[in-house]
Amino acid sequence: MYWNPKYECLSAEELQQLQLERLKATVERAFLNVPHYRRAFQAKGLEPGDIRTLEDLRKLPFTTKDDLRENYPFGMFAVPMSEIVRIHSSSGTTGKPTVVGYTRRDIDVWAELMARALVCGGATRNDIIHNAYGYGLFTGGLGVHYGAERLGASVIPISGGNTKRQVMIMRDFGSTILTCTPSYALHIAEVIGEMGIDPAELKLKAGIFGAEPWSESMRREIERRLGISAVDIYGLSEVIGPGVAIECQEKNGLHIFGDHFLAEVIDPATGEPLGPGQVGELVLTSLTKEALPVIRYRTRDVTALLPGDCPCGRTGVRIARITGRTDDMLIIRGVNVFPSQVESVLLEIGGTEPHYQLIVDREGSLDTLEVQVEVSESLFSDEVRRLEDLEHRLRQELESTLGISVKVTLVEPKTIARSEGKAKRVIDRRKL
Amino acid sequence: MKIKQLSVFLENKSGRLAAVTRLLASKGINIRALSIADTSDFGILRLIVNDPQAAYRTLREGGFTVSLTEVLGVEMPDRPGGLSSVLTHLEEAGINIEYLYAFLGKGENGALVIFRVEDLDKAIEILSAKGVKLVSAENVYAL
Repeated sequence: MYWNPKYECLSAEELQQLQLERLKATVERAFLNVPHYRRAFQAKGLEPGDIRTLEDLRKLPFTTKDDLRENYPFGMFAVPMSEIVRIHSSSGTTGKPTVVGYTRRDIDVWAELMARALVCGGATRNDIIHNAYGYGLFTGGLGVHYGAERLGASVIPISGGNTKRQVMIMRDFGSTILTCTPSYALHIAEVIGEMGIDPAELKLKAGIFGAEPWSESMRREIERRLGISAVDIYGLSEVIGPGVAIECQEKNGLHIFGDHFLAEVIDPATGEPLGPGQVGELVLTSLTKEALPVIRYRTRDVTALLPGDCPCGRTGVRIARITGRTDDMLIIRGVNVFPSQVESVLLEIGGTEPHYQLIVDREGSLDTLEVQVEVSESLFSDEVRRLEDLEHRLRQELESTLGISVKVTLVEPKTIARSEGKAKRVIDRRKL
Repeated sequence: MKIKQLSVFLENKSGRLAAVTRLLASKGINIRALSIADTSDFGILRLIVNDPQAAYRTLREGGFTVSLTEVLGVEMPDRPGGLSSVLTHLEEAGINIEYLYAFLGKGENGALVIFRVEDLDKAIEILSAKGVKLVSAENVYAL
């Protein structure tokens, strides 16, 4: 099932030709209209005319989140404010927020991409889409909303929060597709259980989850507990919002919509491009954005380009699911640790509720990692030795996966803070 | 013969045991016997109460991880060798004891001990055959 088979299944030659034309136009527009880009190009001795092939992309300078912050709020816009019809912004939890703008045509493209994404994820115009992504400055809610309307599905703009009410509406309105963060999907599953509702009473059939990294085992957990098929969607406000890439029903990587974005994976330390299968930082270039074109934007998301074609027939590049962020990546005693690795281990051992927290600290000059795991009823035994066995098994598995020593602490249920948006998995108490 | 015992997972933090007892008190649930097995990080609180089902519901709703386990209440002569003879019967039958703890109250004629064993039905059979007095669940809840 495709929304736009012509563009989703372009031949390699046609796609590259289209990408090159659009890249040239984007570079030209950025150079002419955005002082930051003009300065950055000139610093490298580049002019728009130097971009003649797709390989020339590598000559272009990177754009970072800091560049967007330094030009806060509207300095990166390539059109006058009169052309801007929408403004979104990041939360700014890690510093000054980044602000993004959209022209009427950008909104139109975004709706098109989200309609493609929803169809890719299993939606049709007959579906009732329960959209629990936050509405507001965050791009998730409105991004999905416009895509669902473009598709012609029925959208419930419920946003996040008030989970019992969400479940009631899901049951009463017959929601068939759930869109939210994967951690909120699990929280919803938990509340469904607490309310004594059998998930089979609901009409849910699929879920489209994103906005935070999640693992294959977390997918299985969500699919089992909600009785649905779950796919991973990817996007970021700096590039457009949700709908940059999504998994199809084959679930073997996320399709990047190549007629609108160019994807590279680089070594975050050297900036050098990496080949298929090599894990590094995703870099995206927008090909059609009018208000805020981004050139070689360093997403900080960790992934790899995937080799080979997908049986679904969509062409263009696929990326592996995001395993973390270059800035979330913990370096503990010199070893790279991603929270998602911990999550996989906890779920593999089974029975464990995927509520956990990493606490990183430093004793003397040595980093310590504690993993707190909530004890669910399925995990609980009234015999001390069984719980100690569990702790021991978790510790061994974590140590062999992460390659560092770990302290595992079993904690009471509901003692780790729940989130209705992105889960906070790490508390880093090191004072560096 | 089988007595329902509640087991509750507790972190080793001050106030957790108080929270459990407060919750049970608020529902008018009376504790008959109690023991705690602990490690440095967590403990398992084991309780015999007058109304195990109500206590189970109350604790679950209160957000605790709780399970119901079946145990035996054994009455034995309150004199040297009382416990020893019961343990010998179990040993001879090859029944492992997971844990045991003494009852706070006393039986009509002797001391009460709670046993959690691997094979409950077999233990009941052996002890009854040896003439050991097992306390009924109703009697324990009503003590």
